[in-house]
Amino acid sequence: MRSVVITFPGSNCDRDMAVALEQVTGGEVVRVWHGDADLPGGLDFLALPGGFSYGDYLRCGAMAARSPIMRAVADAAARGVPVLGVCNGFQILTETGLLPGALLRNAGLRFVCRDARLTVENTQSLFTAAYSAGERISLPVAHHDGNYFADEATLDRIEGEGRVVFRYAEQINGSARAIAGVLNEVGNVLGMMPHPERAIEQAHGGSDGRRLFESVLGALATA
Amino acid sequence: MSLKLGVLDPQGRAIQHSLEGLGFTGVNDVRQGKLIELDVDASVTDEQLDDMCRRLLANIVIENYRIDKLAGAEA
Repeated sequence: MRSVVITFPGSNCDRDMAVALEQVTGGEVVRVWHGDADLPGGLDFLALPGGFSYGDYLRCGAMAARSPIMRAVADAAARGVPVLGVCNGFQILTETGLLPGALLRNAGLRFVCRDARLTVENTQSLFTAAYSAGERISLPVAHHDGNYFADEATLDRIEGEGRVVFRYAEQINGSARAIAGVLNEVGNVLGMMPHPERAIEQAHGGSDGRRLFESVLGALATA
Repeated sequence: MSLKLGVLDPQGRAIQHSLEGLGFTGVNDVRQGKLIELDVDASVTDEQLDDMCRRLLANIVIENYRIDKLAGAEA
C-alpha cells in the first residue's frame, strides 16, 4: 500500500499522519508538498492532515483548497482513490467542494482540545469496516472551527445516504446533528474533525483510530 | 461577505453580549461580516469580480457577498 500525505504551509499533523500510516499499513508513505502539481504514481491512499494551513487566512482551508496540488487531489478522488481529510484536512475538502457543508467557528467560541466520544454510524464505508455499528469510540479533537454546517436539505440527504460516518456522542462544538465525519457521495472521500492518527497505540492514550487505517488497508486488499 | 441568515454567528452573539454589558440597549442582533478591498484595473469586469467572490473570496455555502465599486484609488 502506497500512501501520500500532503503538507501545506501551516500543516502540523502531517508527520503524525505519516507515522500512523507507516505503522498501521507497513507500506510506503510519500510526503508531497502543496506546491507540487502532480501526485506520485501508483498511489492507493491520500491524506490531508490537520493544522492551520496559511494561518487560517480568509477562512480555514480556503487558501489551501486552491493550492496547485489540490487539482491532482480532486482528480485522484474522481478516480476513486480513498482520500481522508482530518481536521484542517476536512476544512480543505469542504472548501474544494469535494465534501458538502462547511466548518464554522465552534458555537462556544473556544478552541476545543480534548478526547471526544464518538458513535460510529456507518460501518459499510471503506474507512470504517473494522468498527462495529453503533460502537462508541474515543478520538482526540483539537480545533477552533469544527462546527459542521450544511443546509437542512443537504443534512437530510447525507443522513439518508448513510454519509454521516461519525457523530459526537455529546455536543462539543455546535455541529449540525452532532456530525463529526462525513463521506462524499461515492464514499471514497472522508472528512472528519477528530484525529484518528493521534490514537494509534495505547501510549497515545487510546488506539481507537487504528482501525480506521486498518479498514482502508482491508478494503484495498480485497479491491 | 456576511453569513447567510440561518447560519449561527457565535461571534456576532458575543459582540451583542459585550454591547449589552456596556449598557447599550435595543441591539436586537449582531452579525459579523468581512470586508475585502480590491484595487483593480478598470479593465476588470463585473463578471470577473463576481467570479472572484464565488471561487475564493466567499464560501457560498455559508456566506452572501455584495460587490460595491468605488471610483478613485483613495476610495
